Amino acid sequence: MTPILLVARRDLQGYLRGLSGYVIIAAMLFLLGLMFQAYALGGGARYSHEVLQDFFEFSGGFAMVASVLLTMRSFAEERATGTEILLQTSPIHPGQVVFGKYLAVMTITTLMWVLSLYMPALIFLHGKVSLAHIAVGYLGLICLGSAATAIGLLGSSLTSNQFIAGLVSGILLVTLLMGWKLSELADPTLSGVLSYMALWDKHFPNFMQGKLHLRDLVFYLSITGFGLLATTQVVEGRRWR
Amino acid sequence: MLEAHLLTRYYDEFAALKDVSFSVKEGEILGLLGVNGAGKSTTLKILAGLLPPTSGTVVLDGHDLTASPFEVRARIGYLPEHPPLYEEMTVSDFLLHTGRLKGMSRADAHKRLPEVLAAADLVDRAHQRIGTLSHGYRKRVGIGQAIFHDPRLLILDEPISGLDPVQIVEIRQLIRRQAEGRAVLISSHILSEVQQTCDHLLVLRDGEVVARGTEAELTASMGRSAVHVTVRGDREALARWLNAHPQVVKWSWRDDATEGELSVLVTLSSDQRAELAAGLVAEGFALLELAASASALEQLFVGWAGGDA
Repeated sequence: MTPILLVARRDLQGYLRGLSGYVIIAAMLFLLGLMFQAYALGGGARYSHEVLQDFFEFSGGFAMVASVLLTMRSFAEERATGTEILLQTSPIHPGQVVFGKYLAVMTITTLMWVLSLYMPALIFLHGKVSLAHIAVGYLGLICLGSAATAIGLLGSSLTSNQFIAGLVSGILLVTLLMGWKLSELADPTLSGVLSYMALWDKHFPNFMQGKLHLRDLVFYLSITGFGLLATTQVVEGRRWR
Repeated sequence: MLEAHLLTRYYDEFAALKDVSFSVKEGEILGLLGVNGAGKSTTLKILAGLLPPTSGTVVLDGHDLTASPFEVRARIGYLPEHPPLYEEMTVSDFLLHTGRLKGMSRADAHKRLPEVLAAADLVDRAHQRIGTLSHGYRKRVGIGQAIFHDPRLLILDEPISGLDPVQIVEIRQLIRRQAEGRAVLISSHILSEVQQTCDHLLVLRDGEVVARGTEAELTASMGRSAVHVTVRGDREALARWLNAHPQVVKWSWRDDATEGELSVLVTLSSDQRAELAAGLVAEGFALLELAASASALEQLFVGWAGGDA
């Protein structure tokens, strides 16, 4: 456990001392606030649960963008500056490194969601929504962010260039997001797989509406697990080249 | 303590290292010499566990590197040519972090910190951010990182490259102090950088060992030795005497002699310094200085290691 926490703490310090963490959180919260003001609160009288649903829909997009921006540097930067040697020459398993980096990004994004709580709180105070709806919505954001973080880490492990890392992760995410659309075109066997893999369509709307299903949780956990395992394979394989 | 046996490493078809064997004992500093591309860094990377050998074994204190990599890694301190540093961390935080990555407990790491700061001459920089340090201090932090967990084997890849003369002297002394209780391995492509620091030298060329031994052994193994001689006396007489001396392979005037003194660089067929000194005195020259020449070893090194480098 200790090595994981050491890696996580070091990465957190990197985000917070190097300011990139603050900048990304601030930019995300600013844009989210703008969208909340313009779309969720604007546009005439609506049910408050619809407003909350809109809020979670925008936030879902920001969850993925934030994960890609934060994970871009995770491995790419260590590789570019040579600090990955510190990890490779230490008695630490690559899986521990990957999970530590995952935890660091998840901590930053969770901090971001805590700071965004004022928006649903406004809806809660002025409208009629349940606390459960808010809680399930945020759980969905964490789940979606977790899957996107795992995929972002995979992208970052493939290159020493942060920009390319972000690009690769973005392409992977968009491909998964498009899964439902692609499934309509594919033959039946592939179609089933593609629609199950769809990162958003089949699973996130339930969270947005405050509906908690085990299958949605399992889906995001399995994407997360797959991404982290694949990243571990890449990191482990690179040592032996 | 460290045994490297028949290390071979291929990159695709290219053999970067061919059957390289050596051992290092506790308290000993081994210098790996060779021009760029000779296989020094490949050797060090294999020892540090960053690169698997295509064949061959590395055993440190009875632990095989391939069979129990974590056991070996915990006993090795490694400084690559470019120190791996987190710019935004302070020196102390960074050193503590690396110690803990190597498996030290928080309490042990905090206990060890003042010793490492003192050993690496970093006490007055302990709370400075690494990103703001000069090149020399960054090397020291790199060395501090490598020795923090008190490794049995310390591996330093080109530790003196890019430093100014004052820093070179300081880092050399720092490295010499590290040999106590452990084995040290240093690589360099410049002979003068390591000959003053190392007990033994291993010269690599195209991935193979072409020479090994102490500085004196290497010089002797070439069957000759070069000496600087400074005397007071007649110039013509000295030239005649040197030309006639059977042990003198060749000699040349040095133009850095002081007024009234004669200075020559003499290459002897074997280490005959005592006989040379006695001969000069017997001939009536006032012998002012006689010393083995470092630059001559440099020339030999170029011959071994680099061809026409």
